[in-house]
Formats: sequence, C-alpha cells, structure tokens
Amino acid sequence: MRTGVDALMILLVLTSLLLLGSSRLRACTRIVAVQGVALGFLPALMPGGVEGAAGAHSLLLAAASILLRGVAFPWLLLRAQRDAGVRREVEPFVGYTTSVLVGTLALGGAVELGSSLPLPGPVASPLLVPVALFTASTGLFLIVSRRKALSQVLGYLVLENGIYTAGVGMARDEPLLVEMGVLLDVFVGVFVMGILIFHIRREFDHIDADQLSVLRDEA
Amino acid sequence: MIAFLVLVPALCGALAFALRAHRPRRVLLVSTALAHAAGTVAAWVRTPVAAPGAWLALDAPGLLFLSVTSALFLAASVYAIGYLERENPGAREDLEEGFLFRNAPEAVFTGCLLLFLSFMTLVAASHHFGLLWVAIEATTLASAPLIYFHRHHRSLEATWKYLLICSVGIALALLGNYFLAVAASAPGLGRVPLVLEDLVGAASFLHRPWLRAAFLLLVVGYGTKMGLAPMHTWLPDAHSEAPSVVSALLSGALLNCAFLGLLRALQVLGAAGLGAWGGGTLVLLGLVSMAVAGVFILGQRDYKRMLAYSSVEHMGILAVGVGLGGAATFGALLHAVNHSLAKAALFLAAGNILAAYRSKSTREVRGVVRALPITGALWIAGFLAITGSPPFGPFLSELVIVKASFDLGRGGVGALFLALLALAFVGMATSVLRMAQGEPSERVQRDRGRELWLAVGPPIALSLCVLALGIHVPRPLDTLLHGAARALEVRP
Repeated sequence: MRTGVDALMILLVLTSLLLLGSSRLRACTRIVAVQGVALGFLPALMPGGVEGAAGAHSLLLAAASILLRGVAFPWLLLRAQRDAGVRREVEPFVGYTTSVLVGTLALGGAVELGSSLPLPGPVASPLLVPVALFTASTGLFLIVSRRKALSQVLGYLVLENGIYTAGVGMARDEPLLVEMGVLLDVFVGVFVMGILIFHIRREFDHIDADQLSVLRDEA
Repeated sequence: MIAFLVLVPALCGALAFALRAHRPRRVLLVSTALAHAAGTVAAWVRTPVAAPGAWLALDAPGLLFLSVTSALFLAASVYAIGYLERENPGAREDLEEGFLFRNAPEAVFTGCLLLFLSFMTLVAASHHFGLLWVAIEATTLASAPLIYFHRHHRSLEATWKYLLICSVGIALALLGNYFLAVAASAPGLGRVPLVLEDLVGAASFLHRPWLRAAFLLLVVGYGTKMGLAPMHTWLPDAHSEAPSVVSALLSGALLNCAFLGLLRALQVLGAAGLGAWGGGTLVLLGLVSMAVAGVFILGQRDYKRMLAYSSVEHMGILAVGVGLGGAATFGALLHAVNHSLAKAALFLAAGNILAAYRSKSTREVRGVVRALPITGALWIAGFLAITGSPPFGPFLSELVIVKASFDLGRGGVGALFLALLALAFVGMATSVLRMAQGEPSERVQRDRGRELWLAVGPPIALSLCVLALGIHVPRPLDTLLHGAARALEVRP
C-alpha cells in the first residue's frame, strides 16, 4: 500500500502546483474536486485501513469525504459561479509564475520542516507530513493572493485538504463522531460562504473581495 | 444536566426557525434563556459528576465560563425583545449612509441566537479536544448570520471577513489537534484518547516537539477567534457592524469560549512541564494585543470600534494573566468574568446611543447624559469599570494580575502592563467623556423618546454585578475561581 499512498501524495503536490498556475476559475474548481476525490481514497490506502471495525469506519469516512469534497463542494461552487455570472479569470494579486515559484519554495520549506519533526512510531509514508504541510500552505497562499471571494473559498478548501491529509496520515483514527463533526462543520462553512458570495454579488455586482474595504480605522 | 443545557437551546433554536408569529418566538427566546440559566444554577448547586474519560463534563473552568455565558445570554435576550420591537420590518433607512436596506428574517436571527447559545454551552462542557474544535467552529457558523442581520454592504463585508479569517484560524487549530494526537501516540504510550484528563494524566510521556508545535497551532487558531493581535483584524469590523445585542454576546461570551480552548491546551502543556514556555508565548501575545489595541483606541472615531478594540485589549490582559501563572491565573479568571459583564453592559448602552443618535461617530454624538440620562450614566459607569477604576470589579482583577507579576519577579511585564492600561484609559476617556458631556443636537432632543425599561434594564443589571464584584466576590464564586485556577496550575 506504500506505493498507493506515495502516488496520492505526488498527485496532491502536482494538483496544488497546477492550482497555483491556473487562471480559470472553473478549472481551479475542478482541480480542487480531483484533489477531494483522491483524498477520499487515502484512509482506505493506509496500512490496515480496510480491515475489521476500523475498516468500516474508514470506508464510511472515505465515502462521506468523496461525496462532500469531490461532489458537493464543486457543485456548490460551480453553481455559485454560474449564478453570479463572474468573469472567468481568478485575477490574482500575485502573478501565476510567481505563484508557482512561491509554491516550489513552500514545498522545500515543508520538506525541511517535515524532516525536523519526525513522526514517532511507524509511518505509512515519509511524504505524508511534508505534503500535508505543503498543501495547507498552498491553501493559505491562495487565500491571500487571489482577489475573488470564490477563489478564497477554493483556497480554504485546499487548506482543509492539507489538514485532512495530516489528519488521516498522522493521527490514529479519531472517533467517528469527531470526524463527522469536522466534515459537517467544513460543509456548513462552505455553504454559508456560498450564500454570502451570492449576497456579495447582489450587493456589489461583483465578487472581488478586495473591494470589501469600507471598514477600516480612520487615522 | 449537560445534555439538557446543550439540547434545549438547540431544539428551541430549530423551533424558532419554524415559528412564523413574532410574539411566541420572542417568548421562546427569553424562556429558553431562563431555562438555560436555571440549568446552570442547578449545576452550581449539584455539580454533575462525570465518568472518567467522559467527553462532556463540567469542571471548574467549564462551569465558570458556562455561567458567564448563561448570565449574559439572559440579559441579551431581554434586551433583544426591545431591540426587535424597534426594528420595524420592511425596507428602512441606514443610520449612517441613508440608503434603504432590509433585515434578515427575525426567525433566522432568533434561531441562530439560540443555536449560538447551544454551541457555546458545548464549548464550555467539552473535554475532548476534537469535540471542542467542532463546537468552536460551530459557534463561528451560528454567529455569522447574526452579524449579517442588517443586510447591507458594511455588515456583509464584516461577515465575510469574520467567517473567512476565523475559519482559516480554526482550521489551523484543527491541524494543532492532529499534532496533539501525534504527540499522544509516542511509542510505548499505547493509545491515549484526546480527552483532557487522559492527556493530563499521560502528559509526561507525550512527545515534546510535537506537543510544542501543537500548542503553537492551537494558539494561532483559537487566538484568532479570541482576537489576540496580530490575528484580531476581523474583530473590530464584526463587533462594530453586528447589532449591539450580538456584539455584547460576541465580546462577552464568544471570546471567552475561544479563551477556554486555549486554557485547555495550556493545561496539557503545564502537565507536560512546558508551562513556562507556553506561558511565555501567551504573555508576549497578550502584551502585543494590549499595545495594538491601545494605539487603535487612541483617536478612534467610531465608538463601537473603540469597544471592540477594548475587547482585544482585555483578551490581551487575560493572556498575560494566565501566561504569568501563579496568583495571576486567579486574577485572569476573575477578570474574564468582570470583562464580560462590563463589556456587555457597554455594548448594550452603545446600542441605545446608536438608536437615539443614528451615528457611530464619537465626534457627532454629544450630550448623552442630557439626552438619555440612564444610558448616559451607564456609559460613564461602564467606561470607569472597563478601564479598571475602583470600585468596579476589573480594578480588583487587574490589581491581582499586576501584584502577581511583581511577586513572581516579572516586574518588567507588570510595568509594561500598567503603562498599556494607562494608554487605553486615556484613549477611552477622551472619546467617552466627550460623548457624555455637552448639549445634544435639536434633532436628538426632539426624537429621542423615553428610555425603555427593556433597553436599560439589562445593562443596569450587568453594571450592578460588576460593581458588586468590585466590592465583594461572593464565596461560591470565589471557591469556583480558586478551583478553576488550581485546575490550570497543573505541574508535572
């Protein structure tokens, strides 16, 4: 199963880099969906992932995760794009080339940090920690460097993907209730963000988050 | 008991979404608040005993913050009745810019308010770190629609920032939880569940580098929600744009919930023998928060933003207090109670001022004492209380923290603490006193109307509590505070 996990990790890195360099909102949404589906298989690929009671647990988790990250979120976001009639470009503050460059630097940093924090006990794959950290930091970077409210939500999802990787890979399985609570929170969060985007579009006739700048402290 | 306290507001909240008529829904809001308060009192009389390893339990810190939340919610729900009566439905004029806007449906407002109470109760009772995370994130989600009650562009902007910044912060706290799980799965340790008591029990075996990393992530995550600088940027916007009754709850109850999340992490850290390191981090963040808030309070032209920055300052005080440890922990917990009561009273009074003057500018509001005698008195009393003047409660709690800092040989921290308190005092004094004095404009004199009991009663009650706490801390509360401080002072 080691190769399976490694392949998934590499897929995660490649899709994250692809996201940093993509200019189309729709394409970005689909890439995030691919990431979501791929991550859904991670619990099942972990050593001892599909055996016994823990196996049923992880299969249930995988199904819920694929359903939410691979189907529900992209559908919500694509719908929001269609309803809002937004321009198709993500309109970054930081150019695509620079973004990818930042991404590769972040990858280096994540590998460095991952090697300084070795996992105690047996490890499914040495790539897990660095890739989780890299994906999370890609998400953070996407949130601060993209103008549209929708791209910020995409960034939040990538951040969540990274953290989910960390969760499946590093933590022994959490109680099912907690996992489901986390998934539900993320789902409702994205749902509420979707509603707000709809309102932003109605109120301002655009969804550029950088124009949300009335509230500030006057000198 | 705990299930009652969590489920009743949740079910009543769901019911409030469905109720169409206004009157029964408002009755439901206040009666749920009363039931919750009664349940909390019952928990004081007979503390529910939790089975070892239980996810839900009310220990001293949990009961303390639950009580503050419950009391504040009761006051806010009474105030909300008057507030919702005044908010006539349909399109109405914005108080500041004059455009027309509508409110969100009142059913959504009441429903979210009750769900918010339910989730905050869950935060106070959670002893499982994962469940605690789920509950804290849920409070964000339940309160976002409350901030967006007035549907216009400013509140929308505030809600977006609140939701995005807090969600990202809390996502990092989730990563911190996973790191904590790694720290708890060191070889030879078996499987330690992420339950507070188990982690504290096994603390000396936890993997230290991972524990440190976990704590830092939890500080960033819950610190964002708590409004510690430099992660506080959402707070002034959200607290100034939300309806005042919501601001009171956000400032007085929700920030405490995030603080409790930090305290839980600190408990584990202290038990693992890293308390001094974690405390140092908190002292640093606390002083930075106090400094940033002091600078922005000085010359602040929007009085609700001023109160919001004052919340940042007081969260800094709490962080400094628990960071110092020793007697300062007791001071910080007492201060959390004092700050919640005083700040909620101030926000409710600010709501009355905003309704009468139709302006949030400290330059335009003049003569509050003349135009609104009771609110004016509350405004000045609240200002004296929150800036730590005797005989109000915050004076006592801040004194305890300062004294502890000198006793612990951290005189530098104590001196800086005092200087930053003075900065905030000067900043607030200029605005508040200017607003209170002078002659109100003719329009305000003409339109102000009578001060309603529903609008001034709750802040009066809260202010009296702050005053009482400054004169005498009742024995049961004292016992609880000492119990909570002991729970936080775990040593390996």
